[in-house]
Amino acid sequence: MFARGLKRKYAEAQEAQEAAAVPAYGLQRQSLLDMSLVKLQLCHMLVEPNLCRSVLIANTVRQIQEEMSQDGSWRGAVAPQAAGRAPLERLVSTELLCRSGTAASELCARPTAPAPRGPKSGGDEGADPRGDGGRVPTSLDQILETLERRSPGSGDELFAAVDGSYYDLDAVLTGAAAHEGLEALSPAAAAPPGCKSDLGERDHVVEILVEA
Amino acid sequence: MEEDIDTRKINNSFLRDHSYATEADIISAVEFNHTGELLATGDKGGRVVIFQREQESKNQVHRRGEYNVYSTFQSHEPEFDYLKSLEIEEKINKIRWLPQQNAAYFLLSTNDKTVKLWKVSERDKRPEGYNLKDEEGRLRDPATITTLRVPVLRPMDLMVEATPRRVFANAHTYHINSISVNSDYETYMSADDLRINLWNFEITNQSFNIADIKPANMEELTEVITAAEFHPHHCNTFVYSSSKGTIRLCDMRASACVTGTPNFLKEPEDPSNRSFSLKLSSSISDVKFSQQWEDIMTRDYLTVKVWDLNMENRPIETYQVHNYLRSKLCSLYENDCIFDKFECVWNGSDSVIMTGSYNNFFRMFDRNTKRDVTLEASRENSKPRAILKPRKVCVGGKRRKDEISVDSLDFSKKILHTAWHPSENIIAVAATNNLYIFQDKVN
Repeated sequence: MFARGLKRKYAEAQEAQEAAAVPAYGLQRQSLLDMSLVKLQLCHMLVEPNLCRSVLIANTVRQIQEEMSQDGSWRGAVAPQAAGRAPLERLVSTELLCRSGTAASELCARPTAPAPRGPKSGGDEGADPRGDGGRVPTSLDQILETLERRSPGSGDELFAAVDGSYYDLDAVLTGAAAHEGLEALSPAAAAPPGCKSDLGERDHVVEILVEA
Repeated sequence: MEEDIDTRKINNSFLRDHSYATEADIISAVEFNHTGELLATGDKGGRVVIFQREQESKNQVHRRGEYNVYSTFQSHEPEFDYLKSLEIEEKINKIRWLPQQNAAYFLLSTNDKTVKLWKVSERDKRPEGYNLKDEEGRLRDPATITTLRVPVLRPMDLMVEATPRRVFANAHTYHINSISVNSDYETYMSADDLRINLWNFEITNQSFNIADIKPANMEELTEVITAAEFHPHHCNTFVYSSSKGTIRLCDMRASACVTGTPNFLKEPEDPSNRSFSLKLSSSISDVKFSQQWEDIMTRDYLTVKVWDLNMENRPIETYQVHNYLRSKLCSLYENDCIFDKFECVWNGSDSVIMTGSYNNFFRMFDRNTKRDVTLEASRENSKPRAILKPRKVCVGGKRRKDEISVDSLDFSKKILHTAWHPSENIIAVAATNNLYIFQDKVN
């Protein structure tokens, strides 16, 4: 039916499409991430969200985050948000997700991660329960404050390997995540009781944030 | 695959319609009993409607085996959890029949939190002539009682009564997604997002936790239980599926409570596949043991897979339910359709598989001939006793007559729940608030 010329034209168009696919993929991934974060945020506003749905969405965010940090676009994706006044929802969502084991170990491997801490101090850390009760950092300053309060002296150490200009959301999150990742890896810090926060507690936390 | 199963045989013998459509009328569970004589449906309003198959009549051949309403009762009421300050929906998530052991029928129905055992029994006689109370049940004045009477049973109009016999509550923190009666007929299990409990039918204040996948830290949670079922013959074996697309086979003799990762069936992931939405779509929404063989069927968003228990790394059969949606997964994620929980069923001989899709379409796969068909359950297209026509969805290109384009599919009309008669070719299909019963063409 089609002439040869037409066929070739189609093939060329396809090639052009493929060439454009790389940024298109990035855009699609970004929109998927944004969509997921909004969905996740809405999930957290419910008293009893559909757990299966929230877990699937959270896994998607983790996966995208993992992939983005591998190809280095995660910083770009989050930093602009942090430059101004970080929108609360973005802050909350990423903050929650960065605590996950997989994301933490992933981020540990990054060059910007702080120097590994000895198992001894890790053990001390383990004794200190994370996030005193329902209290959660509601702003960037508070995150820093919390980190400092939790491990006296470790705050400097935490950011020692980090350039001064990295006092943005990403660095804090990376630091926090890596920090926790090390805690988890440290044998002395096996199962700190304070880490056992329930989903209900998290809901409570989000509720507070929403109210704030 | 061609969609060329001979559907001339399938005729629509029965069509029931609630013309008033409210949220509460949406059917959320469909289940035949073990003989196929009864069919129970549950809805979002917490009601259970039981249909009974009409006895065959020699005079009306064409009316053979129609199902009529037998009993309707309110199984669950909306509740309020004052501690969590949250409403517990009355929606019936699952219905399971118990094998019939006497004149009465028993079924289990569950909402998100509470399982109930119902007894459905007939009464066509009424005792009359009590000494201490009158016909209305009011107590008589003892002074007026002068003679002693023997109560007698008098015939009356047939009455079907549904009475709650047991209420199994307060054992689930998360939402119950499955219940399954064990082959010992003394126990059953109820599964929620993170735990599975084993109950004895006689004991309501105690249950045993037989699976628990809740991590110590909920922030590490990456997987939930999506469905669970007992083995049809081995009372110690059960299976559960997860949101990561795994199926776990558990033996209660091996451990009292499954926590780790016992035998599981999962297809290895394709490393070249980077699609996030495709990963979302691998969450299993239903798992069913076959009755005759040691096969397990699972339904994920795009496919139905059949697994041999002895082959862990890949399914023995894979059927595409609506492959034309593969390119639309992103928008299906956006509108939350990707989280729809489609169920799947076997026919009586495990040779045909049925499952639902969108646009009121449902699919059948013949395992022997490898042929498949798409049929539609809709009021507009099917009149009582009309023959169903196979439907076809076209992807791009020219749309032929009788074909429907992917872009014009109605994603609000979804068929999530279907049931197959245990021995005959009669199927029940729940399409939103309508129940359709189709059967092989009579003679």
